[in-house]
Amino acid sequence: MFNRYVSLIAITVIGHDRPGIIAEATGALAELGVNIEDSTMTRLRGHFAMMLVCAGDVSAAAAEKALAGLTADGTLQVTAREVATEELATPAGRPYVLTVHGGDRPGIVSAVTSAVAADGGNITDLTTRLTGQLYLVVAEVDVPASADEADLTSRLDEVARELGVDVTFRPQEADVL
Amino acid sequence: MNVRDWSEHELGVEGRIRPVVRAPDPVLSAPSEKVDPADPAVLQLAADLVATMRVSPGCVGLAACQVGVGWHIFCVDVTDHPKARTTHGTFVLCNARVVEATRKEKGREGCMSVPDLTGDVKRASRLTVAGQLPGTGAEVVVETDAFEARALQHEIDHCDGFLFVDRVAGAHAVYPRKTYL
Repeated sequence: MFNRYVSLIAITVIGHDRPGIIAEATGALAELGVNIEDSTMTRLRGHFAMMLVCAGDVSAAAAEKALAGLTADGTLQVTAREVATEELATPAGRPYVLTVHGGDRPGIVSAVTSAVAADGGNITDLTTRLTGQLYLVVAEVDVPASADEADLTSRLDEVARELGVDVTFRPQEADVL
Repeated sequence: MNVRDWSEHELGVEGRIRPVVRAPDPVLSAPSEKVDPADPAVLQLAADLVATMRVSPGCVGLAACQVGVGWHIFCVDVTDHPKARTTHGTFVLCNARVVEATRKEKGREGCMSVPDLTGDVKRASRLTVAGQLPGTGAEVVVETDAFEARALQHEIDHCDGFLFVDRVAGAHAVYPRKTYL
């Protein structure tokens, strides 16, 4: 269906949550003929946050202008930027799930993700939640064939001891039905 | 003795309601110590766990570490729960361990010690657990399935120092708990 010049546009919408944000944003994009490809939309600490990668025969500036209505009352921020087309990544390693939880303090995510990166582990998805005093991180990690799982686990255990948090690292179970 | 025939009246002491501790309390992260099922303090704790579970809405199991005691003991009661199939009523197990676990299924779990989150966790839906009853110390084997199997694995995890958030299926398998007022 898509023809001519198709650009890929990364769009973010974030701000005060209310009913209708998704309907308005996607309605404006549909009118422009912009197709939403991959997206994630969720609430972060009460803010509604949308990240979309869209394809269409329009410029990023035109997409941002079409979404300007969302920003009218000052409670939502919108950005649209053209991005390069990426090859869809094929799984490069073994999938693992990393969990971290403990008392909230600055630096937990950076310390743990640095340990993962040091072994070439690639984080493909990560969620953090702060509830009361409890800080929780759940990450999905592609571990390259070259990395030693035992080394990575012991490095993560060391980081956990230093931070005073609990870490688990285990293969992700995937069922194809 | 069959676990189904057991009730908290066997304990001979009145249970007291104890405050439930929340993560990140370190007592929830440490493996619990094995206990002597005949110890009067264990009987009192067993009664307290049942009493605390009973007054907590939606609570189908409680481990000792959740009331701040690092002992290997927990109670379970999934009676009338819509996701339960096999049920054994109210029971308390000391020093319990999983003997056999098969047929993993994903299900949503919450926890009184992590009150603001729920998560999708894969657990065995056919389960055999061995443990001791408080008081007599009788060795019992519980064969169960479905939701009671999930509850038992959740409680044994507590005794090993793990929370359900350690077992969630992935980055999108943790959810803020919905509260309905």
